[in-house]
Amino acid sequence: MSETSERPTGDAFVRAAVNDFPVYEFESRSFAVPKPLSESRVAIVTTAGLRTSTDLFWASGDQSFTVIPDDSREVHLAHMSPNFDRTGFVQDRNVVFPVDRLHEMAALGVIGSVAPRHISFMGAQPDHTLATMRLDTGPAAAQMLRDDGVDVVLLTPV
Amino acid sequence: MLEAAGIATVSLGSVLGQAQRSGAPRMLYCEFPLGRPLGKPNDPLYQTAVLDAAFAMLAVAESDTPHLATFPDVITAEFDEPAACPVPPRFDPTLPPAVDEARGLRPAYNRSVERYGTTALGKSITADQVPAALEAIVRIGDGVAFNEANLPGDGNLISIAADIRAYYEESALALADTAVGARSAEAWFYEVTEAGEALHRAYATMRANGAPQPLWYYLMPNIRHRRIAKPAL
Repeated sequence: MSETSERPTGDAFVRAAVNDFPVYEFESRSFAVPKPLSESRVAIVTTAGLRTSTDLFWASGDQSFTVIPDDSREVHLAHMSPNFDRTGFVQDRNVVFPVDRLHEMAALGVIGSVAPRHISFMGAQPDHTLATMRLDTGPAAAQMLRDDGVDVVLLTPV
Repeated sequence: MLEAAGIATVSLGSVLGQAQRSGAPRMLYCEFPLGRPLGKPNDPLYQTAVLDAAFAMLAVAESDTPHLATFPDVITAEFDEPAACPVPPRFDPTLPPAVDEARGLRPAYNRSVERYGTTALGKSITADQVPAALEAIVRIGDGVAFNEANLPGDGNLISIAADIRAYYEESALALADTAVGARSAEAWFYEVTEAGEALHRAYATMRANGAPQPLWYYLMPNIRHRRIAKPAL
């Protein structure tokens, strides 16, 4: 049988376990000069592993991405890791994918507009060099966002 | 790469060490429950405050140095206690307790799907297959090899375990009287329910019998690998 223990503080345990995981370090970095926020078109790019269908299998190591139409009501959590809470997303997708908040900010003029499409990858990738994302799917996602006239991307994890 | 394309990025970070080393141009570290990067579900004002803090980083004087800020409010793991949810009474004593229990939870699971319009169940099996999946998990706990246990769906044990957990956690959302905090549905599932007990047994049996490590390692969250005593109710 497994050992018994006092109740752990779950998130502190997970944070400690992954705090020192390797992070890919780019040889050079780019810094875009942002337009005023009130004139900017904003898209969400998340690593939550979201799907727009009810097939929620997302294989470990799969560095592809889902395109999420801004008006999609079908947004489901398919991430493969068991080490985070899913009930927050189920109760309110905005806690991961704050698309309704962005529309409120656009209506108030805080941001210029909301992009027509958003993007989800899946984090917790075993290949820390993220070769496919860096060389293939990442540039494809960036081109799609450029085509949509996106000025600012909000990146959210889970 | 987005920045190279002329798109300014603002990142929310949930693990401080990784946020510090990422070199992201504008990173807001938020110490919130993992899985809830905007902090609080169904709290638009709180979520908007997080977004305001994140977007404010765009106004930081233009430079080529990564900026890391910390959101001032911390949400601690105050909800790790099991959710106060009833488990269904025994209905068919001829069935393994976990199978009987899963059948009893079906109306609650259906209410959750209807209410929220989403479910995290759907990696390998359907809700209809959860009782059969638990029968197989019980067999694995009894010592039957995972590939001979008649797992339903595509037979992917890790995905099936995730689907069972989603079915239970979402049932808990429908059964709880109050808001369900991060990990409290998880705690209820692994510490209170018969299905959680069955998964603990399957984990222990597979590990002891030398089954492939990824199969038992990913069967449960890693904080559950050390068993937590069932709370007195």
